[in-house]
Amino acid sequence: MLKSNKKTGLVFFPAFDWAIDPTHPEREERLLYTQDQVSEEGVFDIKGIKEYKPDLVTAHEIRRTHFCVPDEATITTKSHLISAGGATAIARAVMEKKIDNGFALVRPPGHHAMRISHGGRGFCHINMEAVMVEMIRQEYGVRRVAIVDTDCHHGDGTNDIYWHDPDTLFISLHQDGRTLYPGSGFTGELGGPNAKGTNLNIPLPPTTATEGYLYIIRNTVLPALEEFKPEIIVNSAGQDNHYTDPLTNMKFSAQGYAELTTLLKPDIAVLEGGYSIEGALPYVNLGIILALAGMDYSRVVEPDYDEERLKQSAHVTDSIKKISDVINGYWHRRYEMREKAGRHGEIQERHREIFYDTDNIFERQKEKVRVCRDCAGAIEIDSKASPGLHIMAIHIPINACNACRETGYEMFDRAQKKKYDKIFLQDRPKDSYIIK
Amino acid sequence: MIIGLDVGGTHTDAVLLSENGLERDIKVPTDTSNLFNTVLSGFDLLLDGIDSAKIKRIVISTTLTTNSVVQKQLNPVGIIVSSGPGIDPELFRRGEHFYAVSGSIDHRGRERQPINRNEIEQISEKMQHAGIEYVGVIGKFSPRNPAHEIEICEILKKNFPTVFLGHRVSGNLNFPRRISTVHLNTAVYSMHKNFFNAVNDTLKQKGLTAPIQILKADGGTMNLRTSMEFPGQTILSGPAASVMGSIHHAPADKDVLVLDIGGTTTDIAIIVNRAPLLEPVGIGRGKYKSLIRALQTTSRGIGGDSQVTVIEKYIEKTDVEQNGSETISRKKIKALKIGPDRQGPALAFGGPALTPTDAMIWLGIMDGGDKKLSEEGLTLLSEALELSIDQTAEKIFYQTCTTIVNLANQMVEQINSKPVYTVHEFLEGYQIKPQLILLLGGPASHFSDAIQKISGIPTMAVPHSSVANAIGAALARTTCEVSLLVDTERGVATAPEENFTATVSTSYRKDDAINTALALLEKKAVNSGADLKNFEAEVTEFQSFNIVRQFAPRGKIFRIKMQVKPGLIKGFSHGF
Ligand SMILES: [Zn+2]
Ligand SMILES: [Zn+2]
Repeated sequence: MLKSNKKTGLVFFPAFDWAIDPTHPEREERLLYTQDQVSEEGVFDIKGIKEYKPDLVTAHEIRRTHFCVPDEATITTKSHLISAGGATAIARAVMEKKIDNGFALVRPPGHHAMRISHGGRGFCHINMEAVMVEMIRQEYGVRRVAIVDTDCHHGDGTNDIYWHDPDTLFISLHQDGRTLYPGSGFTGELGGPNAKGTNLNIPLPPTTATEGYLYIIRNTVLPALEEFKPEIIVNSAGQDNHYTDPLTNMKFSAQGYAELTTLLKPDIAVLEGGYSIEGALPYVNLGIILALAGMDYSRVVEPDYDEERLKQSAHVTDSIKKISDVINGYWHRRYEMREKAGRHGEIQERHREIFYDTDNIFERQKEKVRVCRDCAGAIEIDSKASPGLHIMAIHIPINACNACRETGYEMFDRAQKKKYDKIFLQDRPKDSYIIK
Repeated sequence: MIIGLDVGGTHTDAVLLSENGLERDIKVPTDTSNLFNTVLSGFDLLLDGIDSAKIKRIVISTTLTTNSVVQKQLNPVGIIVSSGPGIDPELFRRGEHFYAVSGSIDHRGRERQPINRNEIEQISEKMQHAGIEYVGVIGKFSPRNPAHEIEICEILKKNFPTVFLGHRVSGNLNFPRRISTVHLNTAVYSMHKNFFNAVNDTLKQKGLTAPIQILKADGGTMNLRTSMEFPGQTILSGPAASVMGSIHHAPADKDVLVLDIGGTTTDIAIIVNRAPLLEPVGIGRGKYKSLIRALQTTSRGIGGDSQVTVIEKYIEKTDVEQNGSETISRKKIKALKIGPDRQGPALAFGGPALTPTDAMIWLGIMDGGDKKLSEEGLTLLSEALELSIDQTAEKIFYQTCTTIVNLANQMVEQINSKPVYTVHEFLEGYQIKPQLILLLGGPASHFSDAIQKISGIPTMAVPHSSVANAIGAALARTTCEVSLLVDTERGVATAPEENFTATVSTSYRKDDAINTALALLEKKAVNSGADLKNFEAEVTEFQSFNIVRQFAPRGKIFRIKMQVKPGLIKGFSHGF
């Protein structure tokens, strides 16, 4: 009988009875051919590969990450809770050392869901990785986490959630925002004053091929991980970089994904996007599973793979090298940049406008953060959605210093009920969530 | 009248049933070196003085195939696989004549690389020179499109009249298991054929004209002709016979645990609403892993004749001091080990080692044997454990029952935690909660009180429990399964197992799919020897998907699986 070299856990939850709408890319059929390929390969019979049932995440677990408006039940369906629960089920098995690593093959995706969620953005309602990471922090006392988002779209939701957190290294590789949704994730987006440089955005030019992806992984991502020394590495394993994906313009391959996984060695991989459901997903997912399990994947090649056509042009290679150098420069100067970004104890403000394409909502945010050299800093966000509610959300980070805890409660007390539809306080050190 | 005969590892049981119930039952020792003689002597004893013209049905269950797997006595055969992208097929090699050839079909059944005729012809010559008689051909995704397997078979025909094809064994996707299944069919074919043809001829000479049915691992039967194409399906039919023998006593609308406690092992199965639970893909157990439809059973090495010994084991104890520091101490304790080995019968019956049966004899739960011999063994053990003889016997008996109950609970838990793939199933999925335990096997009746107490579930021994297996075989229905795939974008409905292909229009609906599958199932059941008055069909899987390309709907995919529900034939349900 076939045996894997690593103990690998899989959650497979294709949600065959759930779709955004019948012809939407995020529909029932999306993981059907992946299921066929994985079943036909006998993956679940391999000794060392274990299939887990997803958990159902609770409102309490979501409230460690999100402010759902008006509440969790309204903006999520059971599918979202199971999808995020797939990630937490794998995470628990990893943390309890039942497996060496694992992969949650779940849908719907989550990496466009931000800290405040008024509804669906980029097919996402709640952020699976963030809900999972906060569970790991709460239940297993882990502090330093790296999330490497290799979906072709900028992981703007995850980026938003960890924008101020110096204990989370968030790296997103994606197609340049000038050419693809959501239009963000440029090199200069490095995080807030408390976490400048622990958010790295790596926009890649259209037609980046396997060579370019692996160059960035080897020359930028791995060195940063090496220095950051995370306790856990999470991979948001979107598969829309594939050369057959209908929504994007890249030239990545199943072999490339498998090799990327081998290099990155994620403890937990979570499926994000990927809409070439016949030509890419069956092969990419199989490649990732075999790579995680430490098995030979050299024969996992798409039937229409054409090496000549999938070569990377010289000018693309050049610009990738330049981007890599720029990011490496930021990474090396991260403490220096953070120092310059603000004075300890001051309050900084930023204004943002966020569009929810899936649910057609427009949101305006006024965010205030306490610049802090001892923790991730207390945050308050004034958020007004149209259509939707006007709310105030206050977040006290999990390792908050006393001053930031006090600041958080002051913010909460100051917020006037008559001005907002709802006022929320997320007190992470106490693991509590108060609504006024 | 009907006959059921079950060849077990140590005994062969046979029963004669009439409309009035059990007419006769016999038990003969199994001669593993000559199963043919065992079967014949069973028939001779059973039919002594009976008019053989009155026998309308004969069902036989044997360990022929199971034994050849266990004893690794499979005939050398040729295996040709074509795989395309994925895991290296070389990892699934079976024997010397295993050839991974070119050719590839994808997950939707489209050809991605053709077969190379020259390559196959060369392999064919080579195998013929090597004296290979039977060949199996397995293609990846052949249940989606069997064209390559058929093409290879055509080329092989010249040298090999009997070729076994992957798409014929199951509609389920699992390439490695398909290889195992075809390999098994190919490798046991000549042995199976010789054995059953001999049995058939001899029974005919005795005036038994009723067609022979053979029990399968799914608790259903098939006729001789069907068995020649799928001889591997007779594997593990023994446990299936026992489970079928208990269905009678399982109330409708209840979840029932069936524990078959033998001398060496305990087999556990589950019956839901009078139908046994089947394995989702095929037999899942270690060396039997395949696409062969089978009852879901778990087997462990604990039974009435399990060897009882005392072992020393370490337990770790953690003491937390007031200042928070922890001390971990290791403590050596003496513990009982029951099974998985069996040295022979119980001491009381002249065996070499102490067994749970000895404990039961000492405690007066069971009669028979020489109690003195049991006492000697128990005394030795009681000294090692520093307990009285009574306490020692109690401990052995209690631990045996507890172990069995725990195994059953684990199996239920495992089935209930099986992953599901829809939101609906996740939220509403059926959870098994056993409400009754049925015990089978020789020592069954002696265990029922204790198992009821430990499990908290009403427990009873099945009447005639020592021949329930043969009764199960006699009463088992003829079963089969069909898988139908409809792809309205490609305009085809196919059931490769049945050699069925039809063109369909875009207006094809769910009901059309069900009707097509039902007609195929009926035809297959009749071909396998079923009497349509016992035909009970059910849809076991139905999926439908929209095919969307460039953001527009292009058609639908329907996937449907339908089966004859395993169960009992009508007309013989009285008198048990
Ligand atoms: Zn994406
Ligand atoms: Zn602080």
